[in-house]
Amino acid sequence: MISHEYEELDVRRMFQGLWGLTSRELKKWMKEPIILFLAIVQPIMWMILFGKSMNLGSIFSSTNLNSINIPEIMVPGDLLNPPISGVVNIPGYVISSSLRNLLEVIGAKAMESVFGVSDYFSYLAVGMVSMITIFTSTFTGMSIVWDRRLGFLYKVLSTPVPRSAIILSKVLNAAIRSIFQSTIILGLAVLLGVKFSSTFSLLNLLSIYLAIFLFSTGLSSLFLAFALRSTRHETQMAIVNLFTMPLMFTSNAFFPVSMMPNWLQAIAIVNPVSYMTDIVRQLTIYQTDLTTLFTDLAYLGLFAISLSTLGIILAWKYLVK
Amino acid sequence: MSEDAIIAENLTKIFNGNLVAVDHVSFSVRRGEIFGLLGPNGAGKTTTINILTTVLKPTEGRAFIMGYDVVKHASTVRRLIGVVPQEYTADEDLTGYENIILCGDLYGIPRDISKKRAIELLGLMELTKFKDKKVETYSGGMRRRLELACGLINRPRILFLDEPTLGLDVQTRSAIWSYIKKLKDEYSITILMTTHYMEEADSLCNRIAIIDHGKIMVTGTPEELKNSVGSDIMVIVIKEREDVTDLIDRVDYVKEVRKKEDGTYIVRLEEGEVAAPIIIEHLRQRGYHVMKLSISKPTLDEVFLTYTGRAMRDSEESEEAVMSRRIMLRRARR
Repeated sequence: MISHEYEELDVRRMFQGLWGLTSRELKKWMKEPIILFLAIVQPIMWMILFGKSMNLGSIFSSTNLNSINIPEIMVPGDLLNPPISGVVNIPGYVISSSLRNLLEVIGAKAMESVFGVSDYFSYLAVGMVSMITIFTSTFTGMSIVWDRRLGFLYKVLSTPVPRSAIILSKVLNAAIRSIFQSTIILGLAVLLGVKFSSTFSLLNLLSIYLAIFLFSTGLSSLFLAFALRSTRHETQMAIVNLFTMPLMFTSNAFFPVSMMPNWLQAIAIVNPVSYMTDIVRQLTIYQTDLTTLFTDLAYLGLFAISLSTLGIILAWKYLVK
Repeated sequence: MSEDAIIAENLTKIFNGNLVAVDHVSFSVRRGEIFGLLGPNGAGKTTTINILTTVLKPTEGRAFIMGYDVVKHASTVRRLIGVVPQEYTADEDLTGYENIILCGDLYGIPRDISKKRAIELLGLMELTKFKDKKVETYSGGMRRRLELACGLINRPRILFLDEPTLGLDVQTRSAIWSYIKKLKDEYSITILMTTHYMEEADSLCNRIAIIDHGKIMVTGTPEELKNSVGSDIMVIVIKEREDVTDLIDRVDYVKEVRKKEDGTYIVRLEEGEVAAPIIIEHLRQRGYHVMKLSISKPTLDEVFLTYTGRAMRDSEESEEAVMSRRIMLRRARR
């Protein structure tokens, strides 16, 4: 007769099963470098093609301003010192290059106040960390569909490994991959001209990793929950495609929330992508504001805990048909 | 505690509210025996195994593994059983050894123990030479042996084998049979297996249940089942040209005699071995000489036909279809 000690939750067994399943996925991933390449190629294209072409800062550069042929400017008389009545016409050639250079400074300040940095490329490039994490985490749901179709899931379900470990191994795998791929993205961003702030340190990098871990945990739990009973990977593909782009565009990943119309702001404020992206910017290109940083992290923490709990509960209920 | 290793009571599984995969199935498997579920594809064999291995919940009915309810004591049941699924579930990108260790991890077996067992099991399955090769280089038979090794890592009391030789060639199939027999003899494991190969059920199983359309039609030893459909077939050739149909028919055991156009007699009778000398003597006394005589036993094919009303091979997928699905899946995995 088997004693009922067996029924008690054994933490060591749980972790052994969890690590066994996670390392299986990681080993598969490492043996196919092409998967890594395909995963990061899209964020890299956004970074290089979109980021470099949307050179918003150059609109206010002196080179650009000096090349503009400015016609007569009508200045209301009360603006002059001393004020006069009527309107004064100032011919364009009078506007000296130093005045135009002044506009460059004003433009750079405007860029900074909107984007936090004076060049759009930096703003966009580090935000691609969010994109790669979204791709990697949302695709995790697909692997559980494959495990079901190939029979591997049934074998695992017939072993005493906790059902939560099956879900958590996929979550962990997504988080580890996201962190690795984000490192590549950040490195590439630096090579392409992003300047990190002077306060950037190893601690900053580790904090970014923590944020990626939390964000990926929440997101992959959600998409795993969608896939728990699915036997069709086509459905999963459709779900992933449906969510990825809107998630990015309804956040601060491409453009600041403050410039958005109200209805879009309302979405962006609850979208975890905004918090993820802000953390990366705070810790790389901005002068870190600790209050904002901790608020962002707390939000992502809540996101991760609630959705992974939901995922585990649903796995308990629905993984076995 | 019950003596039976597996008890199924009225197991029923209905998918999506209307597809009845298993329909009030009841059977019991004694400790230490090899029990076979024999039936065509889609008969409900795999669903039955999935319920017994806690992977599916029954819609109705109960099942016990070593006395533990598969729904209420699922985690205890999982520790007691080993499962070798129909599909090749070993990871192709990992080596055979890595795959077995992964299985050990799933059972929470401490690594130092699972490493020792893995080496032992690889030896038992004669895979030691290939243990550090990736599974994608393995042949079908080697993969199946690796699956068997994985299913044994937790020293199960009961082993579930779902179509253990599906898609394998005849030689590899009989090699797998010998491994299964070895398991039973050396480890005294109770084995429940499904198959749609008659000869497999016949040569491996102590007892068989024939299952069709989710229902168990009959249960018994292969001998009992074959005897239950009745008669042996005897073919007789005599030297003389005269018709001896009536003479043969007069012998006690004989049920029916037919003379074919080439002069041979086809006799349906009971206990052919006992009847043969009597028939020979009976004919010799009347001056006839038996030149040739052969006796054949009924096969499980006839048993299946009798209990389900159709031949097994009518109701199943061709081997080509099974193999092409397998290849498709393997490609898709990449």
